[in-house]
Amino acid sequence: MVNSKDDRAAVNCEQMWQEISNYIEGEVDAGLRSAMDEHFRTCKSCSSVLAGARNVIQLYSDERMIDEQTIEVPAGFGRRLEKRLAQSARVRSSRWSTWSAWLVPVAALALFAGGLHVANSMTSGPELKSEHAQPGQGIPPDMLVVVTADAKVFHVPGCGVIHNKATERTLTAKEAMAQGYVPCLRCLREYLHTADAGHSALESEADADADADEEIVSSGR
Amino acid sequence: MAEPNVVLNNSGLKSPAQGSTTREQDLISRVQRGQNELFYELVRPYERRVYAAALAILRNESDAEDTAQEAMLKAFANIRQFRAEARFSTWLIQITVNEALMRRRRERTVLMEGIDDRRDEESDYAPRDFADWREIPSEALERKEVRLKLADALATLDRKYREVFVLRDMEQLNIQETAEALGISVASVKTRLLRARLMLRDLLAAGWEQGWFSRLPFEKGNKPW
Repeated sequence: MVNSKDDRAAVNCEQMWQEISNYIEGEVDAGLRSAMDEHFRTCKSCSSVLAGARNVIQLYSDERMIDEQTIEVPAGFGRRLEKRLAQSARVRSSRWSTWSAWLVPVAALALFAGGLHVANSMTSGPELKSEHAQPGQGIPPDMLVVVTADAKVFHVPGCGVIHNKATERTLTAKEAMAQGYVPCLRCLREYLHTADAGHSALESEADADADADEEIVSSGR
Repeated sequence: MAEPNVVLNNSGLKSPAQGSTTREQDLISRVQRGQNELFYELVRPYERRVYAAALAILRNESDAEDTAQEAMLKAFANIRQFRAEARFSTWLIQITVNEALMRRRRERTVLMEGIDDRRDEESDYAPRDFADWREIPSEALERKEVRLKLADALATLDRKYREVFVLRDMEQLNIQETAEALGISVASVKTRLLRARLMLRDLLAAGWEQGWFSRLPFEKGNKPW
């Protein structure tokens, strides 16, 4: 059995097998690497395991493993994708034109009426799920975002601070905002800093409070 | 559709090696500025990789196509969120994996496997074969049947090992990106990757004995392991 060589090395064969992958990745510290190098020099079995693992990586990482003969993308895939993208682009531009068409008279009305009161009533929107957070400004209404159960925040898909992922659902930013969700402070930060410069102190406070909201959701998982 | 040889951006001289990356960056910034018609050109080189990632998780061609396309539509809708410091291909694959995992959750197929996940990672994996390793050269991949045998071997792995292996070793995400895409810890990625690699090594050794590579040019007539 391979363990017969244990006495000659600082790490035994079982320990070597558990670290071989990290060794290949370069993720073992200098001391362990040196001990493993020494072990490989004296243990044919572990050298064989290392050579095999490297060979596996070399073979499967080859571009030919996902070429057209190995992975057959269904016929017409590209055509169907192109069609769906074109449809999506049309919907985006028509939604935007509808929004822009509304924005001009609304802005004019706001200015005409002396601005502030009307403008505030137009932008206040639904009751926010987090009373501390900001509603966000300039978020594209058709942007796809995700929300999760019991959370108050909406995120860009793939955001690193989405909690309770199992309950994730996708909707547009417009829908999320209509339901009172507020933008994530991390993945949608750019939309939270377009507010008036004089609000920076309030923003910092809101950041802290909304972060706390996230933590509450997190601990409630 | 736009001309394939669209003029690159005005950022100055670029070495030939940077050509494709520069071109991709240019396409990204154009789409971000509203040239929607260029998006398909941007993602076309990744169609197969995106589909392969979805297929690795869902194991169903129809679901994989739908998921791959949904992912690319989502990438299109969110292209303004893409940041230049990330690799576009990685971003696309991560969206795809997220879509595929959401679809699988919707289909409620993970509960049983979740229990297996925890149990299997408690014990260490020991290789089965310790004979001298005869390297399978990458030229062997010229033969389709070899590639399909390797794909078959990969398909026999449990889902949790296959997914990590595909994302790390085939789709070339790094460990951290793989962990984020799958929503698991870095430690879990490392453990599963180790097992996947060692299990495939054992399967390839066994495959040799079953004659998978018996007509390879490097075969000398001796049992290699």
